[in-house]
Amino acid sequence: MKKVIAALIVLVLGIFIFTNLYSTGEGKLFPKFGEVNLTERVSNSFVNKNVSENSGEIKFKKTKDAESGSANMVTSIVVNYRSFDTLGEVTVLFVSALGIGLLLSGNTRMKFKTPPNFILKTAVRIISGIILITGVYIFIHGHLTPGGGFPGGSMIASAVLLFYISDDEFKTKVKSFKVLEGTAGSLYLIFGLLGLSLGGYFLYNFLPTGTVGELFSAGIVPIIYIFVGLKVGSELSNLISDFLSEEGK
Amino acid sequence: MQIIEILVGIALLIFAFLAIESKKIINSVIYLSILSMLSVVSFIFMKAPDVAITEAVIGSGLVTAIFIFTLFSIKKVGDKK
Repeated sequence: MKKVIAALIVLVLGIFIFTNLYSTGEGKLFPKFGEVNLTERVSNSFVNKNVSENSGEIKFKKTKDAESGSANMVTSIVVNYRSFDTLGEVTVLFVSALGIGLLLSGNTRMKFKTPPNFILKTAVRIISGIILITGVYIFIHGHLTPGGGFPGGSMIASAVLLFYISDDEFKTKVKSFKVLEGTAGSLYLIFGLLGLSLGGYFLYNFLPTGTVGELFSAGIVPIIYIFVGLKVGSELSNLISDFLSEEGK
Repeated sequence: MQIIEILVGIALLIFAFLAIESKKIINSVIYLSILSMLSVVSFIFMKAPDVAITEAVIGSGLVTAIFIFTLFSIKKVGDKK
């Protein structure tokens, strides 16, 4: 009976999602990519807002000094226009990591039942370097390619997780990670307050936004993403080490 | 392309059902991991690469590991009693 009810719930949810995704009638909820008539949308009146005067077409590697210099639209919205939300997200992550540290922190490291063998250890040493470099690449290039501070930081934490799985004796230097986390979080706040004092609102883009599509463009966005990436990476690594620590003994 | 999207969607539904219904908790954690891996594919079909990267790292990597570590520590406390 329980199985029938679970199957029914899953089926009803699936039919609901599929009919909404692929409906072709009047009340079409999800139009295909690139086939949206923007003038009918409510958000049109908000998208067209422009703070600076130049509102021409933006060309990759040509346009200079745009209002927000990042080529990736998502990061420009997240950091330039919704940056106060990012502060809230960072705070939520910090508070949850703090709670886990208070509840689960111990001195000795938890041991697995089956000790990791030689092949796993060597493979992890090869792979984790590549993962670390990819994580750093993702948060440095957050304003050019998809990604940003949060995915890049969690990718660094997943490299640390691989080290923890592959080596029974491995322990990160928790104290240095905490210093890194605190410094990155404070620098994020300091940059936000600098924007507040120089431009009038929190995380104002006070640096020059160069040519769209180059590495040194978008002003404050890459700097903020480096701080967010370092903070999230050290925070999640600390969280993993808290989960793998045992009380007492 | 639409056929692949629908196939991925049906596989998502099947794994969601298996994650609810499996008897062992560790199996349902693995089914959840497969579910988020498949949802990465569907996010890419919906042209949302930012969400796809985040889901690939957090949904199928870190969350699975944290669930499994929690299971380990629950079992250790249970063994002592």
